[in-house]
Amino acid sequence: MKTTDGYPDYMMKSIKLVEEKREKNMSKPVKPMSMKSREDVLSKYHPDYMKGTKRELKVGIDKGTNLYNGIVDLLEAKPVLDPKDVDLSKIDYDVDLLIIGGGGAGTVAALFAYESGVPKDKILIVTKLRHGDANSMMAQGGIQAADRPEDSPALHYLDIYGGGHFTNKPELARSLALDAPGIISWHEELGVMYDRHEDGEFQELSGGGTCRNRMHSCKDYSGMELMRNIRDKARNLEIPVLEFCPMAELLMDDKGQLAGGVAFNLETFEYYVIRAKATILATGGSGRLHLANYPTTNHYGATGDGLIMAYHIGANLLDLDTIQIHPTGDAYPEPLVGILSTEKIRGLGAIPLNKNGDPFVFPLEPRDVESAMFIQECKQGKGIVTPTGMPGVWLDSPMIDIIHGEGTTETKLAGEVRKFKRFGIDMAKHPILVYPTLHYQNGGVEINEKTETKIPGLFAAGEVSGGVHGKNRLMGNSLLDFNVFGRRSGIYAAKYVKKAKIGKLTLNHLDKYNKMLEQAKIKPAKSAPIILPEYRGEMAISRALDIF
Amino acid sequence: MTKKEQVLLEKPDVKKAEDVEKKAGTIEVFVMGKSYKVPAGLTIMKALEYAGYRYIRGCGCRAGFCGACSTIYRIEDEQKLGFDLACQKVVEDKMYLVQLPFVPATKVEYDIDKLEPTESTILEIYPEIARCVSCNTCTKSCPQDIEVMKYIQRAVRGEIAKCAEISFDCIQCGLCAMRCPADIKHYHVSQLARRLRGKYIDTKSKNLAKRLKEVESRKYDSEIEKLMKMDKKEIMELYKNRKIEVEETGPRGD
Repeated sequence: MKTTDGYPDYMMKSIKLVEEKREKNMSKPVKPMSMKSREDVLSKYHPDYMKGTKRELKVGIDKGTNLYNGIVDLLEAKPVLDPKDVDLSKIDYDVDLLIIGGGGAGTVAALFAYESGVPKDKILIVTKLRHGDANSMMAQGGIQAADRPEDSPALHYLDIYGGGHFTNKPELARSLALDAPGIISWHEELGVMYDRHEDGEFQELSGGGTCRNRMHSCKDYSGMELMRNIRDKARNLEIPVLEFCPMAELLMDDKGQLAGGVAFNLETFEYYVIRAKATILATGGSGRLHLANYPTTNHYGATGDGLIMAYHIGANLLDLDTIQIHPTGDAYPEPLVGILSTEKIRGLGAIPLNKNGDPFVFPLEPRDVESAMFIQECKQGKGIVTPTGMPGVWLDSPMIDIIHGEGTTETKLAGEVRKFKRFGIDMAKHPILVYPTLHYQNGGVEINEKTETKIPGLFAAGEVSGGVHGKNRLMGNSLLDFNVFGRRSGIYAAKYVKKAKIGKLTLNHLDKYNKMLEQAKIKPAKSAPIILPEYRGEMAISRALDIF
Repeated sequence: MTKKEQVLLEKPDVKKAEDVEKKAGTIEVFVMGKSYKVPAGLTIMKALEYAGYRYIRGCGCRAGFCGACSTIYRIEDEQKLGFDLACQKVVEDKMYLVQLPFVPATKVEYDIDKLEPTESTILEIYPEIARCVSCNTCTKSCPQDIEVMKYIQRAVRGEIAKCAEISFDCIQCGLCAMRCPADIKHYHVSQLARRLRGKYIDTKSKNLAKRLKEVESRKYDSEIEKLMKMDKKEIMELYKNRKIEVEETGPRGD
């Protein structure tokens, strides 16, 4: 494909219109919307409010609640594991603590369980991909902790609770705020290289919805730097990890306690029966379900498996009627689709424009409203469609240097500039194309302050859990979440292990679940958890053998 | 939801795939020598998926952060080997591809709490760095364009802080270690340097230490307890009217 400065000709034609109208667009800004028109566009174009994105769940403990279609589809699917295929009398791994998921929450849990007295050879982390392949690794922005004199954990609490539209479980929001300084201190001991001033104090920035500057960062690789340190510590301790062995289903015992799980080796297609006195669910989010058909910022394995397995054994779920979408995901070039472009581009003065170069929205509406306006513009045919079929609107980034002086983009948005430069696009010279992207699973399996779920022996931490963020998470609170609740789960699971006695293993809950589906007159077309997303082209699928 | 609706945005369905082919044209790539026609403009990762491959290994974050999808390639009739990430590199015509999803490179185990950040610490743990022949092959094979050889040289000289700084953007894909004629495991070396710097060299925050003591002495417990007990209307007012601190200039996160 022939491109000029990174864009094909037909897109360049649209950029010419953007350039011609730039002066006019800068002098005549679009005004903020009224509450009424906000509500109107949200109801039509934001997936949380739109009709058709959600439906009532017909089976299980949360029967009657409204959840996203993609989640209901999986909850109403047939359990992927047929109990007849597994011999429970043959135990492959017999451990004290099983940790499902090798991302941030799971690895932190392992470290604190070890410190709390569980021997390392009695801990087992099982993970779908490699140890560390997780959304934790991809977080860029930073981690919140109220440690400056002008800040306080009480203010952090207020931000968390208000940001979550007052729907969070208060005791979980308290843990998040109060444990935060201790977590940053633990990171200092591990050797995390935080951005600091010369006197050693942290460089702390603001984030959407925070009333104090409390965002700690490690350049724009914050999650990667945390994960690298945490994983290095786990490797030094030789905590056992089974890679490419996702959990297919959880195991119960005849006393109604959680008793481990059945893992599936993706490479040999063997099942492993894992008996454990306690189990921590740390499977992460579900961006790869592409709820409401959104592209996503999430990693390859984020398919919501933990939600499904936990639901099969009777654990309840919270707040899965909301998803976090971010207005400025990248829409072009193709390799960047779904990846985030920071809100600060708009903060510095860049205006969103349609294919005719015309403005259509106040640039800094709340994220949900801004997203809905972008979607509306594209649905009305005024967006730009990329060569791979992705719609988007322009974000006129060259305005930044015109407003603040040449070189501003380069210094204030260095990471973004580097990202686009790789594909021949100079964002100081040409606009970038954006479209909302699916970012975070706000809710999940309900936990309490000790990360206990409804089921004895099952703990949960990180993105798979529900209640911490209510119906909306603030930036910088997810890295904090996996540390705070990963740590708590390790400590409390270690305590639980000391008293736990496991009875006879069973997969009866799956037969029961199948019966429930039958009684609800559901005829499942697919099975769940799905383990990996399906990205093969239709033609390829029809000739592929179904290996799972 | 119908099956049609479940078709993922990223996944080309038949009609869309045909449109894409028409618009972008197809090119030929060789996956470990085997020829496939794929639409131009796709990343190596998506081109393989288009061709019918389903990833188990060699695919992680799909956004350039995790280093799972290191790929080595050579364009037909060209001399030079290319190194990149399958999720970031766009396919080119007549590209011969092989992915390297795993690198055998033993990490030395250490207890960071028992180390001291001296000039010889890194050399003692990874003595093979002294064998560096300054060929710069590691730098040339880095998909992140990190000056790998330079940070190894710094490590040899015991300059921990500098080694940590230069290597900071490392995604630990391991291509450097696979190409090194001296068998250095660069990405493990720099991991040690960064932890030594973060733990021992960077000045610690006094504010944090002070706040930690306050939290431990339960200074904020009653204040938060009060907020938790407040009725919804009251806390909503408090939230709405809270004073927002003026923003610092500098990059804001996501």
